Amino acid sequence: MLRLSRLTKALLVAIVGFLLIFMYTPLFVLILNSFNESQISGWPIESFSTKWWIFAKDYQPIRDALLNSVLVATGAMIIASILGTLFAFALKGFDFFGKSTVNILIVLPIALPGIVTGVAFSNTYSNFLSPAGINLGYFGMIVAHATFCIVMVFNNVFARLRRMNPSLQEASADLGAGLWQTFRLVTFPQFRTSFAAGALLAFALSFDEVVVTIFTAPPGVDTLPLWILKEVGRPNQASVVNVVATVVILLSLIPVYVSQRLARAQEEER
Amino acid sequence: MTQVVAKKQSKPISSYLLRRTKVRLLSIITLPMTWIVGVYIVSLFLLLITAFWNVDPFTSLVSPGFNLENFKMVLTVPAYIATSIRTLLIALSVTAICIFFAIPLGIYMAKIAKPWVRNLLAVAITLPLWAGYLVKIIAMRLVFTEEGFFNWAMAPFGIRGPGFSIPIVILTLTYLWFPYMALPVYTAIRQIPPNLFDASSDMGAKGFTTIYRVVFPLITPAVIAGSVFTFSLSLGDYLAARFTGGATQMIGSIIAQNINLNPPVAAAYSMIPIFFIVIYLMVARRTGSLERM
Repeated sequence: MLRLSRLTKALLVAIVGFLLIFMYTPLFVLILNSFNESQISGWPIESFSTKWWIFAKDYQPIRDALLNSVLVATGAMIIASILGTLFAFALKGFDFFGKSTVNILIVLPIALPGIVTGVAFSNTYSNFLSPAGINLGYFGMIVAHATFCIVMVFNNVFARLRRMNPSLQEASADLGAGLWQTFRLVTFPQFRTSFAAGALLAFALSFDEVVVTIFTAPPGVDTLPLWILKEVGRPNQASVVNVVATVVILLSLIPVYVSQRLARAQEEER
Repeated sequence: MTQVVAKKQSKPISSYLLRRTKVRLLSIITLPMTWIVGVYIVSLFLLLITAFWNVDPFTSLVSPGFNLENFKMVLTVPAYIATSIRTLLIALSVTAICIFFAIPLGIYMAKIAKPWVRNLLAVAITLPLWAGYLVKIIAMRLVFTEEGFFNWAMAPFGIRGPGFSIPIVILTLTYLWFPYMALPVYTAIRQIPPNLFDASSDMGAKGFTTIYRVVFPLITPAVIAGSVFTFSLSLGDYLAARFTGGATQMIGSIIAQNINLNPPVAAAYSMIPIFFIVIYLMVARRTGSLERM
C-alpha cells in the first residue's frame, strides 16, 4: 500500500473537497436561479418561485427548440449507430493496411476543435454546395452531428466485440447459418447492450453540442443550446434561461444514466 | 430422442463472402469510409483550398483563386499573432492546472479512499462531463459576474473576483475539460500494482518519493493522453472567452467573426489551431501514449 503521512492525506482530502466545490457550485447556483422569482438572475436569490418554469413550459420558441434538438439528436444517433457499428466490425475482424489511419479518422471529428469542424462544414455548405444549387438546410446540421457522434458508438461496440468469442460465429457458420443469420441470431444479441449504450451517448453528445450547430444550423432554426446562446448574449442573464439550462442538464443526464445501467447489466451478464 | 437435422441449404452469397475476406471487408467498410472521407475529410480539404481564395471587395462574394495573402495576414498582423500566442498560453495553462489537480485526486481515489467513496467520486467526476457544455459556461458566468455568487461568498474575506477576464476564461475551460484529464489519470493510478508501493517503501522511500519516482513515470502516458483533450478542446474554444472573458479574444473568436464576412481569412486562421494540435499530437505520439486512447 501507498503510505502517506497524516498531513499529506489531509492535504489530499482538502484538494478533493475543493475540487468537488469547484465542480458543483456553479451547477447549483444555476439550478437555484431557475427558481428565482426576479426576471434577472443574481445572488443571493431574494425570493423563490416556479414562475419561470411555468412560463417556459408553454413558451413556443422553447418548445420549438426542444423539438429541433430531439429531431437532430435522433437523426444523428441513427446515422452514427449504423456507421459506428460498421467501423467497429471492420476494425475488429480484419487486418488491413491503414487500419490505424482509419482509427484516427474516426476520432478526428471530435479531436479537432468544434470550431474547425463547424467552419469546415459551413464552408462546404455555403461556398461549395450552395453555389452548385444544393441546399442541405436542416439535414446539413444532422450530417455534421452524425459525423462527430460516430466515435461514441464505435468505441462502445468495438470494446464489446474485442471481448467476444469468435468461435461462436464460426460454429454458427459450420452449422449452416448464413452471414446475416449469424449476425441476427448470434452476433447482435451479444453486443446489443453496448450498441444501445453507444447510441444513447451519441444522442446525449448531439443534444449538448453547440459550436458545430452554430455554424451548420439553417437560419431561423434553434436547438435548445442555440436558444440559450441567443438569450445569454444580452447583458444580464434572464432567469428563464436557467430553466432551459436545467432542462438540458436533466435531459442529457438521462441517456448517460441509462447507458451506465446498460453497461453494468452487461458486466453482470458475463 | 429427437434428432435435429440441419437442412442442407445453399447460401451462395454467404459462402462467397466467407471465402473472400477482402470482399467481406469492403462490403462492411465502404459505407462508413465514404461518409468520413466524403463528408468530413473533403470538407477539411475544401477549407484548406478556401484559405487560398479571396473575397471580391465589391460583391463581397468568395471568388476562387490562388494567393497567399490570407496566410500572410494571419501570420504577420500583430493582433492575429497576439491572439494565437494568447490562445496557446491559455490552452497550456488549462492543461497544466488540470494535471496539477488530477494527480492528487487520482491518488486519493485509487489508493486512499474507501471503495464506496471511490465509486461516489468516480460518478461525481463523470456527471459534470455530461451536464452540458453551454450550461457549464453560463453557470460559471453566473458565479463570477459582478453581483454573482463568488463576490457574495468572498465578501466577508474582503476578496473580489477579477471580473470577466483571462483568469476566469482559464478557470472556465478547466471546469469544462477537467474530467478528460481526471478519468484517465485515475484509471492509470488504479492499475499500478500495490506491491510496487511495498517495494518502494521497503527500499526506504517515503510517500512523496514514491509518488515522484514510482507513480509519476507510470501515469505519464495517461497524463499525455488526457492533455491531448484538454489542450485541443481549449485551443479551439471561443464561447468560454465570449461569455466569461470580457474582451478576451481567442483563435476561435476571430474565426467565428470572419466566417461570414471573409471566409478565406477564417479558413486560413483555422489552420493555426490545426497546426498546433498536429504538433502536439506528434510530440505525444513519440512518447507512445496515444495507443491507449
